[in-house]
Amino acid sequence: MKVNGETLVKGVLTAVAFSALASLLLIAVFIFKEGFPFMLKVGFSDFLFSSTWNPQVGQFGIFPMIVASLYVTFGAMLIGAPLGVAGAIFLNEFVPRPVMRVIKPTIELLAGIPSVVFGFLGVMVLAPFIREHMGGPGLSVLAASVILGIMVLPTVISISTDAISAVPNSYREGAFALGATRWQSVHMVILKAARSGIIASIILAMGRSLGETMAVIMVAGNTVRVPHAVTDPVRTLTANIALEMANATGMAREALFATGVVLFVVIMILNGIAMSAMKGRGKK
Amino acid sequence: MSSTVISIQNLDLFYGAFQALKQVPMTVRGRHITALIGPSGCGKSTLLRTINRMNDLIPGVRVTGSILLDGKDIYAAGTDVCALRKRVGMVFQRPNPFPLSIYDNVAFGLRVAGMSDRCRIESVVEHSLKGAWLWDMLKDKLDHPALGLPLDQQQRLCVARLLAVEPEVILMDEPCSALDPISTAKIEELMLELKKKYTIVIVTHNMQQAARISDYSGYMLLGDMIEFGETASIFTTPKDKRTQDYISGRYG
Repeated sequence: MKVNGETLVKGVLTAVAFSALASLLLIAVFIFKEGFPFMLKVGFSDFLFSSTWNPQVGQFGIFPMIVASLYVTFGAMLIGAPLGVAGAIFLNEFVPRPVMRVIKPTIELLAGIPSVVFGFLGVMVLAPFIREHMGGPGLSVLAASVILGIMVLPTVISISTDAISAVPNSYREGAFALGATRWQSVHMVILKAARSGIIASIILAMGRSLGETMAVIMVAGNTVRVPHAVTDPVRTLTANIALEMANATGMAREALFATGVVLFVVIMILNGIAMSAMKGRGKK
Repeated sequence: MSSTVISIQNLDLFYGAFQALKQVPMTVRGRHITALIGPSGCGKSTLLRTINRMNDLIPGVRVTGSILLDGKDIYAAGTDVCALRKRVGMVFQRPNPFPLSIYDNVAFGLRVAGMSDRCRIESVVEHSLKGAWLWDMLKDKLDHPALGLPLDQQQRLCVARLLAVEPEVILMDEPCSALDPISTAKIEELMLELKKKYTIVIVTHNMQQAARISDYSGYMLLGDMIEFGETASIFTTPKDKRTQDYISGRYG
């Protein structure tokens, strides 16, 4: 049989595409295999809803860390989503095209800054600021939220910008022809037309901040305790895995895999929502 | 003879270095239909869009000359463009209802104008849909998405959306080009009804349409207004050779 170039390329590309799928599958299988039996052993409610994390004496409650992850992510969205969407609106509707073509890549460059650099900035600038003006140790839910909020800006801005610029111009013309101002056309028509894309950008950003580890370890304080104020230090799920992996053995190690399972499930749910939101856009 | 509503003189328009309109004159009489005809690229849509200043949205457009609406120059400094567009509404080539409900589409112009009285809005929406002959068909599905309607109903919804803000002039930019002949006939009939209350300027590619519905016609070619006058005389006894050639189908 003669193998021509076309078939060869197709075969190679198929293999590459499937290897990405296979690695996802392998990761999922691996962390579930390591973590799931542990959850059964300890009991789901003890693992998920107990507040005592003390692996040395066999107490594995990750509740404070689930709460911390959710708080920090929610806080990051509170900061990143409005700023990002506002930025996308500004770039699309209020700035001449040539200026946008300079600003947008610059913002996307922000995504290329290593997270450790963001963490460093947080430790050196943000944490002392919070400590001085709001009390507490500085390293806190608030610090982590602000840093993550900035880190997700490129994601929110670039996907929202794409969604907004995909809104047909005829909607803008229709709105202007009825006497609408720019801002009226934006909030009455364009945001509604681009809604699913904007929601998708926010959910992807949520996934990013939930999964971010390095910057959060540096600025969140890492205390295992359910926070009562935004200035309290917390430890997130990701931080827990990264911090304890090095010297964990036996049950403690399995506990970390189980933490990974929880993280995995939450992120899968978020991605699922993001995908169905994107699909909603395709239908229109 | 009714009064002049729009009077255009010596209108030049440039897209950058390209001159799209050359010293164009035009007079639009109230409660009549004025049609602009001519081959593609002749500037008829551009001319139409100067009347509600939609061309302002395109970067690099420069306009000189004068367009008087009820005696006032709409290009004078300090003109409120949003207010102008409420007086001079526009129906586009492709139906462009917003991705909102039927009701919200018609209510859009009112909300833009700051009206929040629900009862008033409801009655205007009903009145406007009746004016575009849509009420009987749509009154039970006002909360349905407008984009789910067939194209000709979408186009009439765009008309209803305009009627809600009670414009003085309605500009129509090839409003039937996306529609089939039956829907086109319906829109034409609607236009004849609307001209009892509104002044209409229509750009059309379809000469027969201009002949059927308009009272005045202007023939444009490469940015020049070749001939303007009563439709009957333009179509039967054109003065200019080029108009005659176009109307007899020799080119365009």
